[in-house]
Amino acid sequence: MTLVNYLVLSGLLFTIGAATVLVRRNAIIMFMGVELMLNASNLAFVAFGRLHGTLTGEVVAFFVMVVAAAEVVVGLAIIVSIYRARRSVSVDELSLLKN
Amino acid sequence: MSGALEISTGEAVLFWVLAPLMVIAALGLLFARKAVHAAISVVFVMVALAFLYTALEAPFLGVAQVVVYTGAVMTLFVFVLMLVGVDASDSVVETLQGQRWIAVLFGVGLASVLIGVIATATLPDAQGLAEVNTDGNPVGVARLIFGQFVFAFELVGALLITAALGAITLTHRERLGRKRDQRATLDLRMRAYGAGEGSKVLTPLPAPGVYATHNAADAPALDAQGRPIEESVPRVIRIRGQELTPEQIDSRVADIAAGPFVATIDVPGNEPPGPAAPEPEQGEQR
Repeated sequence: MTLVNYLVLSGLLFTIGAATVLVRRNAIIMFMGVELMLNASNLAFVAFGRLHGTLTGEVVAFFVMVVAAAEVVVGLAIIVSIYRARRSVSVDELSLLKN
Repeated sequence: MSGALEISTGEAVLFWVLAPLMVIAALGLLFARKAVHAAISVVFVMVALAFLYTALEAPFLGVAQVVVYTGAVMTLFVFVLMLVGVDASDSVVETLQGQRWIAVLFGVGLASVLIGVIATATLPDAQGLAEVNTDGNPVGVARLIFGQFVFAFELVGALLITAALGAITLTHRERLGRKRDQRATLDLRMRAYGAGEGSKVLTPLPAPGVYATHNAADAPALDAQGRPIEESVPRVIRIRGQELTPEQIDSRVADIAAGPFVATIDVPGNEPPGPAAPEPEQGEQR
C-alpha cells in the first residue's frame, strides 16, 4: 500500500460531495455535501504533507477546518432565516430572483 | 532519518477497513431520503477521517477533526435539522429535465479524472513525518502556525469573530408585540375571572391522586371530608366518563370516602414496620 490510496479515497469523497451538491434539493444536505468536499481536500492535504515530509499540509488543513466552521455557522444561519421567512429549505422553491 | 517511508501492516489494514465503509457512508449522504440519516452518515465519515489522520502521523489534526467537525459542526447541522423539521424528506421530483443523468455523468467524469491524475502522476518517494515530528506533532504544528503562518492565523481569528457576529445578526428576530411575562399572564387571568370566562377558580386546580397512593390522572383527589374533588381530574377524562370513583380505586380509599377517617391499618400482618402507633391518634384528632 502506498500513500496514493489516501489520495484516491480523497478523490472519491470529493466526487460524492460534489454530486450531492448538484443532485439534492434540501439546502442542509447540500451544505453537508460542501462539508464532505472540504474534508476530502483536508485528507489530500495531510496525505501530501506526509508524502513530502513537511507539516505545511497539516497547517493548511487546520486553516481549512477553521474556515469551514465559519462558513457553516453563517450558512446555517442563512438557512434558518430563509426557513423563517418562507417555511421551506428546498432550493427549488426559492426562486424570488428569477424574474 | 531519510529514505522511503514504510507503511505498516496495521495502517494498511485500518485503511482497507475504513475506506470502503467511508465511501458507503458518503453514498448514504447522496442517496438517503431523510436528512437525519444523511447527517448520521456524514458523522461516520468524519470520525473515520479522524482515525485516518491519526494513522497519517497527524494526531493533532485527528483530535481537531473530532472536536471541530463531529463536536461542533455536525451538532449544529443536527440542531438546524431539528429547527426546520426532522421529518421533512427530500422531494424526488426532477425540476430540471435530465439533471440527474447529467449529475451522474459529471460525477463519473470527475472521479475518473481525479483518480486518473493521481494514479498516473509520478510522485516522489514518501518521506514520512518522523523527522519533523521529533518534538511531537502538536509542537511542530504550533511552530509553523505561530511562526510562518501567524498572519493567516490572526486573519482566521478575525474571520471567526465576524462569522459568529454574522450568525447572531442573521438569526436575530425583532419582537413584534410586548413580551408576555408573569405579571401580564396574571392580569389576563384575573380579567377573565372577573368577566366570568375561563377557569372558575382563581387558584391552580387541585392535582389528581388520592393521598399520593394513586397518582394516575383518572383517580380524583379527596378533600378533607373524603369526598372526591371533581376538578382534580382532567377535563377530557371527566367528559369521557373515565373518572374513577373511590370504590373503583381500592377498598381503603373507599373506606376513607365512606365514613369517618378511622384506622383500618391495624390488620395484623398488613401493618408497615416502624412507628405505627401515632396513626390512630391522628385519626382521632380529625
